[in-house]
Amino acid sequence: MNIHEYQAKAVLAQYGVTVPKGKVAFTVEEAVAAARELGGQAVVKAQIHAGGRGKAGGVKLSKNLAEVEANARTLLGSTLVTHQTGPQGKVVKRLLIEQLTHIQKEYYVGLVMDRSAGRVVMMASAEGGMEIEEVAAKTPEKIFRETIDPAVGLSPYQARKLAFSIDIPANLVNKAVRFMTGLYNCYLDKDCSIAEINPLVVTGEGDVMALDAKLNFDDNGLYRHSDVGDLRDLDEEDPKETAAAKYGLNYVALDGNIGCMVNGAGLAMATMDTIKYYGGDPANFLDVGGGADEAKVTEAFKIILSDPKVKGILVNIFGGIMKCDIIAQGVVNAARQIGLNKPLVVRLEGTNVDLGKQILNESGLNIVAADSLSDAAQRIVSLV
Amino acid sequence: MSILVNKDTRVLTQGITGSQGRFHTQQAIEYGTKVVGGTTPGKGGTTIEGVPVFDTVAQAVENTGANASVIYVPPAFAADAIMEAVDAELDLVVCITEGIPIEDMVKVKRYMEGRHSRLIGPNCPGVITPGECKIGIMPGYIHVPGKIGIISRSGTLTYEAVYQVTVLGMGQSTAVGIGGDPVNGTNFLDVLKMFNEDPDTEAVIMIGEIGGSAEEQAAEWIRDYMTKPVVGFIAGATAPPGRRMGHAGAIISGGSGTAASKISKMKECGIQVAPTPSEMGSTLQSFLEVRGLLERCKVHQ
Repeated sequence: MNIHEYQAKAVLAQYGVTVPKGKVAFTVEEAVAAARELGGQAVVKAQIHAGGRGKAGGVKLSKNLAEVEANARTLLGSTLVTHQTGPQGKVVKRLLIEQLTHIQKEYYVGLVMDRSAGRVVMMASAEGGMEIEEVAAKTPEKIFRETIDPAVGLSPYQARKLAFSIDIPANLVNKAVRFMTGLYNCYLDKDCSIAEINPLVVTGEGDVMALDAKLNFDDNGLYRHSDVGDLRDLDEEDPKETAAAKYGLNYVALDGNIGCMVNGAGLAMATMDTIKYYGGDPANFLDVGGGADEAKVTEAFKIILSDPKVKGILVNIFGGIMKCDIIAQGVVNAARQIGLNKPLVVRLEGTNVDLGKQILNESGLNIVAADSLSDAAQRIVSLV
Repeated sequence: MSILVNKDTRVLTQGITGSQGRFHTQQAIEYGTKVVGGTTPGKGGTTIEGVPVFDTVAQAVENTGANASVIYVPPAFAADAIMEAVDAELDLVVCITEGIPIEDMVKVKRYMEGRHSRLIGPNCPGVITPGECKIGIMPGYIHVPGKIGIISRSGTLTYEAVYQVTVLGMGQSTAVGIGGDPVNGTNFLDVLKMFNEDPDTEAVIMIGEIGGSAEEQAAEWIRDYMTKPVVGFIAGATAPPGRRMGHAGAIISGGSGTAASKISKMKECGIQVAPTPSEMGSTLQSFLEVRGLLERCKVHQ
């Protein structure tokens, strides 16, 4: 799960990470009021779940209240297109009104999971403000790493090593160590999957501060952080994905026109790949999971059909835990409830396959049965 | 022979009184697996599916001589269940549970350092040596004893591969689902080494997906050390970057972990990569034919 910059900064502040003073604004009036509290000058920052906002014109320095008002008016309701939003962009509905910071130098500090080590790694670089992937590709020697032993956490010496490696001024190293320690404690405590401060800045006043902040959370850990769950901004999510999550379905919206319902994440991805391989375009990734019941399958089917782009549906089930007759009954029920008027290809294999096929055959619905995934993909591609 | 499990493996079910634990215990027993006991804290002294239930894994091991366990415990308690099994020094711990916080698995991995047990999973279908021992949630009837080793990050894609191998008249030595989580107990490399040394395995199907670099590392090892043919498939060629595709570990982040990079690395290292998941079996068959190994891999009944 992703949250906004202003929310990330508030979470980080709880762990002693220094952030600029600021306030969220949903309206122009709130933006002006927030800037007045800061003394009139402010940075007006568009809050969307995507990076590259600065380059896209989503961050505006404002010297007085009139400029704050003008910038807030321009940004609120506008569509921001960054390299991470896709060409359709994202509508700005929230602003962060933040104090101006006297930046002396920008750095990068981040935490990620090193999958092969099975440990969290803190990365730091003096190349602040640049995309870290770009730095890693072009000048990997400029990124410094410390792998963190979960039994002891981030040791101060590790944070010092990083701070000295990226040339934080010696008199500010202790502040940088506190900053990094707070960042790690937050990452650990809140079940983050990414924590990225880009840039971290050293200010003219001698502060070590998070000028921007990105926190992503491990969905598997959300059950123990209701405070984090409350930060979810449904405006940033596809409503189909929100509906799917409510029923415990894994759904990712895509751009194509063939809806897919599959059990198992790997098979669901492979089904999308196979559709593409035969010249079609998948409309979604949808894994109904291992323990789905009839109601869940019905909901999954409704979500697929709620996408107006969908011109046909491919159901691909290899039953393990999931029994084919349950899937078949769910498909039949959903098709009856909604009134299916689009081509539907079903491929069933595994537990109770014969019973499943029988349910489909006896339903009287116009369902094309397929023998293999390749067969199913070719049939649905030819039908849409 | 086979790897990891065989007819002598004595299995405990952790979480045996839950609906999944109970159902799959019954299925495992039906398949012929030696399920010797189960655990659910507070239910010790009872019997389920004809199997004694204990409060702790230590008690269960002492009373049954179990050397493996399978975990069907909800995600919030699964990491603890793994550590309990490791503490009881079981040879093999298979964790089926999906949705364990990654941070919990980081702790588990650290806890397991220097200890005896091997963990398979979490978020996996389990391990099966056909005709001998089924630990997990895979449908038993699609498997046939044979010579093909299968290893996969995905449950249902494992079933696809197994089924295709069976339909083509071959069978499996052992099929191992290593799970879809970013931090897991056993990786491709570990299992490939076992298959390479197993006299009953003639060839391997390796099924990966987007995210991480385990497939690339495995491919390099295969190029340098593997003496047996390997056929591969990678799921997620059409997955958008930055999105978690069902599995916690199936995510392209910062441009790395793409299907294209994995496939090209695997091909470069001499692995035959199937173009679609429907062709895993046929790709294997033609590769074996070229190498003159097909007859040895056929099941003669």
